[in-house]
Amino acid sequence: MILLKLFFEFFLIGAFTFGGGYAMIPLIRQVVLEQGWITEELFLDFIAVAESTPGPIAINMATFIGATQAGILGSIIATLGVVLPSFLIILLVASIFIYVLKNKYVKAFLDGIKPVIVGLIISTGLILLFKAIGYQSLTVFNYQPQLLVMLAILLSVYYGHKLLFKRKINSILFILLSASMGITTFMMWEIFA
Amino acid sequence: MKFQENICSLLYNQKLEVQVMEDSNLKTTKSSYVKELLALFLMFLKLGAFTFGGGYAMISLIKENIVEKKKWIDEEEMLEIIGIAESTPGPIAINMATFIGYKRAKVLGSIVSTLGVVLPSLIIIFTISLFFEQFLQNIYVKFAFSGIKIGVGILILNAGIDMIKKVEKKIIPILMLIAIIVFMILMEVLEISFSSIYLILIGGIIGLFVYSLKNIKARDKNDLT
Repeated sequence: MILLKLFFEFFLIGAFTFGGGYAMIPLIRQVVLEQGWITEELFLDFIAVAESTPGPIAINMATFIGATQAGILGSIIATLGVVLPSFLIILLVASIFIYVLKNKYVKAFLDGIKPVIVGLIISTGLILLFKAIGYQSLTVFNYQPQLLVMLAILLSVYYGHKLLFKRKINSILFILLSASMGITTFMMWEIFA
Repeated sequence: MKFQENICSLLYNQKLEVQVMEDSNLKTTKSSYVKELLALFLMFLKLGAFTFGGGYAMISLIKENIVEKKKWIDEEEMLEIIGIAESTPGPIAINMATFIGYKRAKVLGSIVSTLGVVLPSLIIIFTISLFFEQFLQNIYVKFAFSGIKIGVGILILNAGIDMIKKVEKKIIPILMLIAIIVFMILMEVLEISFSSIYLILIGGIIGLFVYSLKNIKARDKNDLT
């Protein structure tokens, strides 16, 4: 039963995400929390792992969530679910429907989707960032000054690099940097406070 | 008689030769097909194992390996595939593997390529999942992850901000973008869950609506003039 559910939910996710891995994070987060498969805490931790291991983020997510629910079979089924829609669609496009994408109505539909995707990614980024610095709900804020210090440093490193070198910092490097920032900030705080 | 016999044997031999040639042709095409499949599988296995950071990172690897080294497709075809991959759902890496695999070796090629690109993630992540929760119990790991969460938040937010470039600078798309951000944050604050799949569909329908409206306006203008 859980296998069927995994397959179905990830099939839907695979069928409705345009624009790559980041666009998938909001959808996966919603499904995972609604189904109560893993906690938001664990989900956030895992995004970092999915980012710093090779392979498409969507596949990494599906494999991990499948594994937590039903072991190796779960991860295979969830991965299959998330892969199948794009596989079938591309197969159709490559074999017969190459002209469908040039259709004006299809283009209009896809144009309408674009701002929604961008909006979803931005709002997810904002929400995750707020949660990372201690927001829990409208009335509960888990205040930890160390987290705010880290946010300030990491933001300035990220945008400082962008301004200085005119390109984005390598995301694996940035995650490694964030991890060492986490350790040093909390340790320093314990020593001095 | 002798002449006829000669002709006969000649014809027969020729036929035989042709048959032999056809057989060996069949064999070489078969074995070269298997070789092609193997090459596709290995190539995408490599891409799957060495692409960190999502589909866009894979595009540069595909350009280097498949376009420049192997010359399986040319640059123009690659751009076409990226366009198709972007306008169809699913991870870009899967779209690329399926498309290039199909182009080289039809359905079997696309299956083999997709399998190749997925396999490394499946193996690596499954192994990690076995000890992930114990790993998180460690206090230093906890410290590290409180930093990582902030870092990942910044990365996602920035990926979204970068994509604003792709949104048309017109009133309706910009309003839609802002409305979605406000709506999603409101839903989060009020702790209401609402599937984003509906939002995506609504977005598509608005796109269609705007397009038909434009068409009607253009037609009216034509009628007037």
